[in-house]
Amino acid sequence: MLYREAGDFKTSYREDGQTFPIRLDRWGYYAVLAVAFGIVPFLINDYWASAVLVPFLIYAVAAMGLNILTGYAGQVSLGTGGFMAVGAYAVYKLMTAFPEVNIVLHILLAGGITAIVGMVFGLPSLRIKGFYLAVATLAAQFFLVWLFNKVPWFYNYSASGQITAPERTLLGYAITGPASSAAVKYLVCLCFAVVLAWVARNLTRGTLGRKWMAIRDMDIAAEIIGVNPLTAKLSAFAVSSFFVGIAGALLFAVYLGAAEVGEAFGINKSFLVLFMIIIGGLGSVFGSFAGAAFMVLLPVLLKNLLVGGFGWPTNLAAHIELMIVGGLIILFLIVEPHGLARLWRLAKEKLRLWPFPH
Amino acid sequence: MKTKLTALALAATLAAAAPARAELVVPSLSYRTGPYGANGTQYADGFADYFTLLNERDGGIGGERIQVPECETAYNTEKGVECYEATKDTGALVYNPLSTGITYQLIPKVSVDKKVLYTPGYGRTSAKNGKVFEWVFNAPANYWDGASVAIKYLLDENGGDLSGKKIALVYHNSAYGKEPIRTLQKLSEKHGFELSEIPIDPPGQEQKSQWLQIRRERPDYVIMYGWGVMNQAAIQEAANIRFPMENFIGIWWAGSEVDVLPVGAGANGYKALTFNGVGMDYPVYDDMRKFVIEPGKASQGGQYVGSALYSRGMYAAVVIAEAIRKAQEIAGTAAIDAQQLRDGFEQLDITPERLTEIGLPDFGPEISLSCANHGGSGMARLQQWDAEAKQWNLISDFTEPDQEVLEPLIAEDSEAYAKEAGITPRDCN
Repeated sequence: MLYREAGDFKTSYREDGQTFPIRLDRWGYYAVLAVAFGIVPFLINDYWASAVLVPFLIYAVAAMGLNILTGYAGQVSLGTGGFMAVGAYAVYKLMTAFPEVNIVLHILLAGGITAIVGMVFGLPSLRIKGFYLAVATLAAQFFLVWLFNKVPWFYNYSASGQITAPERTLLGYAITGPASSAAVKYLVCLCFAVVLAWVARNLTRGTLGRKWMAIRDMDIAAEIIGVNPLTAKLSAFAVSSFFVGIAGALLFAVYLGAAEVGEAFGINKSFLVLFMIIIGGLGSVFGSFAGAAFMVLLPVLLKNLLVGGFGWPTNLAAHIELMIVGGLIILFLIVEPHGLARLWRLAKEKLRLWPFPH
Repeated sequence: MKTKLTALALAATLAAAAPARAELVVPSLSYRTGPYGANGTQYADGFADYFTLLNERDGGIGGERIQVPECETAYNTEKGVECYEATKDTGALVYNPLSTGITYQLIPKVSVDKKVLYTPGYGRTSAKNGKVFEWVFNAPANYWDGASVAIKYLLDENGGDLSGKKIALVYHNSAYGKEPIRTLQKLSEKHGFELSEIPIDPPGQEQKSQWLQIRRERPDYVIMYGWGVMNQAAIQEAANIRFPMENFIGIWWAGSEVDVLPVGAGANGYKALTFNGVGMDYPVYDDMRKFVIEPGKASQGGQYVGSALYSRGMYAAVVIAEAIRKAQEIAGTAAIDAQQLRDGFEQLDITPERLTEIGLPDFGPEISLSCANHGGSGMARLQQWDAEAKQWNLISDFTEPDQEVLEPLIAEDSEAYAKEAGITPRDCN
């Protein structure tokens, strides 16, 4: 009844091309932003920040990064964990080498360094495709983890190979280190997630995004109509790795505070982020958020329900949790192979016709 | 409306369970699943059962019952953080996460939240320096103590001279496994043995190439810092290449029944360090049977009672319980908080007589802590596996590590941490 285009007149191309063409959608979007920025920071506590919202936002950034590469440009990557490690170690080296420089700048620089590394490992994509490329990026994953384990310079020669984030502040508030408050951590991650989502949305509907999608859909045809595969593929790797690097930097500096490369950025992380975009929906910014929410929040929710709610033993709950999450993934992929984003789109289509579907 | 209600219900389940007050809360960040689950589950049982015993027999400590809420971490640092955040506002006093990775995460956090972190035999070695690590305790022994005691044992075997011998370190390629490298390097300079480092990527089911390397290099001794499935795989591989088991020494985390039983007779003679006794020959088990096992209150039905890891988990609980007792004595109240517990830890003094009183004679070394020393004496001993009898036998007395080598290393590492984290070391006089 309320949810429709009728009566919402567009008088310019700009208005016609906006992300949320329906008024109710726009209001919903502004309401979510207002709650996220205006209300949540006042209510948040350590548990909500550290166990729920901060990891959700960070993984959403990582999923957006992988979605650009896999969902938009069609280059399958299993190197996400390795690239996150590059972001984490870059920010660690920068933080400890230049303590006086602003941490936000360091995180952005870490993203830049990851972009360069990503481009180097993206070079094989010019010659190999599909599963073969996936294996090449898998090699990147193992190589990078091995490198950060092997070369002591990366972890400042600490005895155990662990990296620990020292305290860094922005405008007098501690962002990293143990003294940082829940609200500050949350807001930093939220700002990064919102700005990067805005960037991703606008990149993917512009020239660059169209080139990526042309390459994804059929690279020979794309080449014939004038898309340069070299720049298109490498720019996809660069932008994607930039996002993933920022996610890795935030994961280490803001969320975990200390990390060990094999454990925090292993192959499991690559698969986790890949599952996020598959469940969320390939080629969709909303899907990245939905997939991250699914993979991060569901285990926590199930754990609290089974252990806290029903009082089950923790090991039984942990095993059941794995089964339920696994089962749900399979169910989703059978019922809706295009992910949660597609489900959301269908729901909106139905809502538009409600209550008089033809 | 419906979506709002669903959202509310979801929010309610996501929020942590409501805290229960007025009891001593000792959260157990355990792991009973994943590649380390077989080891973690026994430790968690011992930890929980000792507190159950105190609750059932004595009504808690000083009249306060002890609550041990469990939270599954699966040895995963992200889940460890979640568990810590979920339990820290429930009045938690002390954490014992049994994971070096999680310990590294929690060290900065506990100093801000003012909680005690007790990491017996694992964690950050330099936390022994209480001047820098105010809230962390790692008595009775740490990784560097273990490395030094192992070398001392080998020195004894070789008449005090290890020069020209080859020793290989097989380690879990993580913070845990890398800890002893620096100590062993120093010791190799001092005693003139040749050290080769062989990393094994976690979880470590696949070690063929590493053992091929050992077969080629023919080291005289192998020292292993392993955990979880890595241990049994390593012992199996060692048996396969017919490496003499009596020259193979594991750290205490590579010395439990689950590590050697799958290898069968091939594991006979394998040695491991330990800082606690094993088996059921201690008077405390009479009470344990009466109050915990027979009434069916034991964790998981008591199937692992008396095993090496069960005993170690119980030993951690004993030390925490003694620290709580001490803290109650100092504070003059039974309902202590984490700050008072820390004071209790710093004045902890577990004498052999006290251990006998508890019903665990000669179970562990004497522990005497202070403001500056959070790690105790670092004494450890060796046990050897008898595959036929399926039991561990103690083969040496408690040995003191080489503090001459360790102390400068601890000072150096803790100073580096203090500098990195911006801590001014406390004055302990």
